[in-house]
Amino acid sequence: MSSKILDYYSIEDLLTHEEKLIRDTIAEFVDTEFIPIIEEYYMKGEFPKYLIPKLGELGIFGMTLPEEYGGSGASNIAYGLAMQELERGDSALRSFASVQSALVMYPIYAFGSETQKKTYLKKLASAEIIGCFGLTEPDFGSNPAGMLTKAEKIDGGFLLNGTKMWITNGSIADISIVWAKLDNVVKGFIVDTKTKGFSAPIMKGKLSLRASITSELILQDVFVPEENILPMSNGLKTPLMCLNQARYSIAWGVIGAMLATYKSALDYSKTRIQFKKPIASFQLTQEKLVKMATEITKAQLLAFQLGKLKDMGKIKHTHISMAKRNNVEQALNIARISREIHGANGILNEYPVMRHAANLETVKTYEGTHEMHTLIIGEDLTGIPAFE
Amino acid sequence: MKIVVCVSHVPDSAAKINIGADEKNIDKNGVSFILNPYDEFALEEALKIKDSIGADVVLVSVGGDEVKETIRKGLAMGADSGILLKTNAYRDSISTAKLIAEEIKLQGANLVFLGKQSIDGDNGVVGQLVAEILGFNSVSVAVSFNLNGDKIVAEREIEGGREVVETSLPAVITAQKGLNDPRYASLKGIMAAKKKVIDEKEVTVSEIGVELIKLKKPAQKQAGKILGKDSSAVPELVRLLKEEAKVI
Repeated sequence: MSSKILDYYSIEDLLTHEEKLIRDTIAEFVDTEFIPIIEEYYMKGEFPKYLIPKLGELGIFGMTLPEEYGGSGASNIAYGLAMQELERGDSALRSFASVQSALVMYPIYAFGSETQKKTYLKKLASAEIIGCFGLTEPDFGSNPAGMLTKAEKIDGGFLLNGTKMWITNGSIADISIVWAKLDNVVKGFIVDTKTKGFSAPIMKGKLSLRASITSELILQDVFVPEENILPMSNGLKTPLMCLNQARYSIAWGVIGAMLATYKSALDYSKTRIQFKKPIASFQLTQEKLVKMATEITKAQLLAFQLGKLKDMGKIKHTHISMAKRNNVEQALNIARISREIHGANGILNEYPVMRHAANLETVKTYEGTHEMHTLIIGEDLTGIPAFE
Repeated sequence: MKIVVCVSHVPDSAAKINIGADEKNIDKNGVSFILNPYDEFALEEALKIKDSIGADVVLVSVGGDEVKETIRKGLAMGADSGILLKTNAYRDSISTAKLIAEEIKLQGANLVFLGKQSIDGDNGVVGQLVAEILGFNSVSVAVSFNLNGDKIVAEREIEGGREVVETSLPAVITAQKGLNDPRYASLKGIMAAKKKVIDEKEVTVSEIGVELIKLKKPAQKQAGKILGKDSSAVPELVRLLKEEAKVI
């Protein structure tokens, strides 16, 4: 359990009873149901789909939303802690939950009509239906404003045409939140993936996030009925607000990956004997462990205050960028240091280290690359945008 | 129907236990506490009855303020309300059983579940004592349970097998691992538990039959003996197993 791995600055004492119970419940689920099977699924390159209904039963999806929409009204700190536990298992598991909650349920909740909320949110919360989020295109990653996907108004609805790429859960989704330009303004559409003209081929050959499903979305004259446009979506700001939700869950999630690789290194260093003593007794190893523990503690403090800002309604997208940028980079560093402490053993799937390290390579560039987050904060500090 | 489930607040089985300065308590520093694992089976069985035929599931626990945390966990899993019999005094099994039995009488429950033992004190008799005090039927160490009207058919674990027993309400059942697969508290359950009531009642512990003198750590294991590294050590190993260890 994470709280037992490292809580150097007693953040535990700042959590409410419900927050701790939510974290521990999900930790127990991850420890008993997920960690024993993840290496096998990672090697096969499959997501353990049989766990999806259980995740729905636990109530992870959309947990911060009000009960009438299938949520539990949990705090954002509780949501963050939940993401941390899922990613302690694997980034694929946290990604699944991030997409369903932050990129599918959130846009419907925030920009959808009352009918859309009533139709979809409870079903998404229980995982009766699965969603995906289509924004990125083959030629438009960091620059989504250039998207080519177009919506054309026709009688009774819209016709969508375009291609999306790097879409988590695309091939197993029942609905897709597709972003397309209607008269040059970005709008969100709830697309039933069974509609004629919609296809979602799986992207193959990934050496990272192997247990996550990643797809292309191809839309050829896909008809979307009038009532499926997200009425409150207006311009690129709308999908970017969704990404802020997802980035928030990454800032927390990667702490789970840090704890997993740190724990493995700490345990290994105390039992691996070289020169007749545990390698933990050598100064160079201790320095590595101290560095890891310090960075984890800093990441925990960043995430905690980020959560408090979100719960108080004072959060800015730049705050999220700073935590996502820092925490992912440090998680990757920690995974690499952990790999070093494990020596050759670190490359085996007997230890979780290399899997997390490979996953974090993806996490560093998805949901806004490390560089883009740097420039977002840079613009905030100087008032000068460097990416235009 | 009303079902009482007794729950204990116990140190996590993974925790490293040290003895406190008074030698009568453990040092609670850095030790996390959990709902006694056997009580989870007890609670799950009660919740299964609630799910199938409907029941009011009441948690009862004895101890200080800290026990509320464990009661909340039970409420999050699905119990309807909780009662904390509040005392910080030392208790033996019979004084605990008397407090619980008194509360069960007040509740008017005729079915009671407990874990077969708490993993802290390990006395393993509170359930049977409660049954005796109340004059209820008692099935201990149950690995299967079936309620049909007033009739109970249960299976118990015995040396090398199982026995099937039949009894009727009112009854006290103590739960063994294998009885069921306890559910996770859902997030909705956790948030809903916030609104459920824990009734706190100050209680006084009656006379103690068994007094705790002090806690001791088990004797440290002696270091092993290495007799040799190849087959030449076998005769000596056989001799020691026969003569010293007397196991063959």
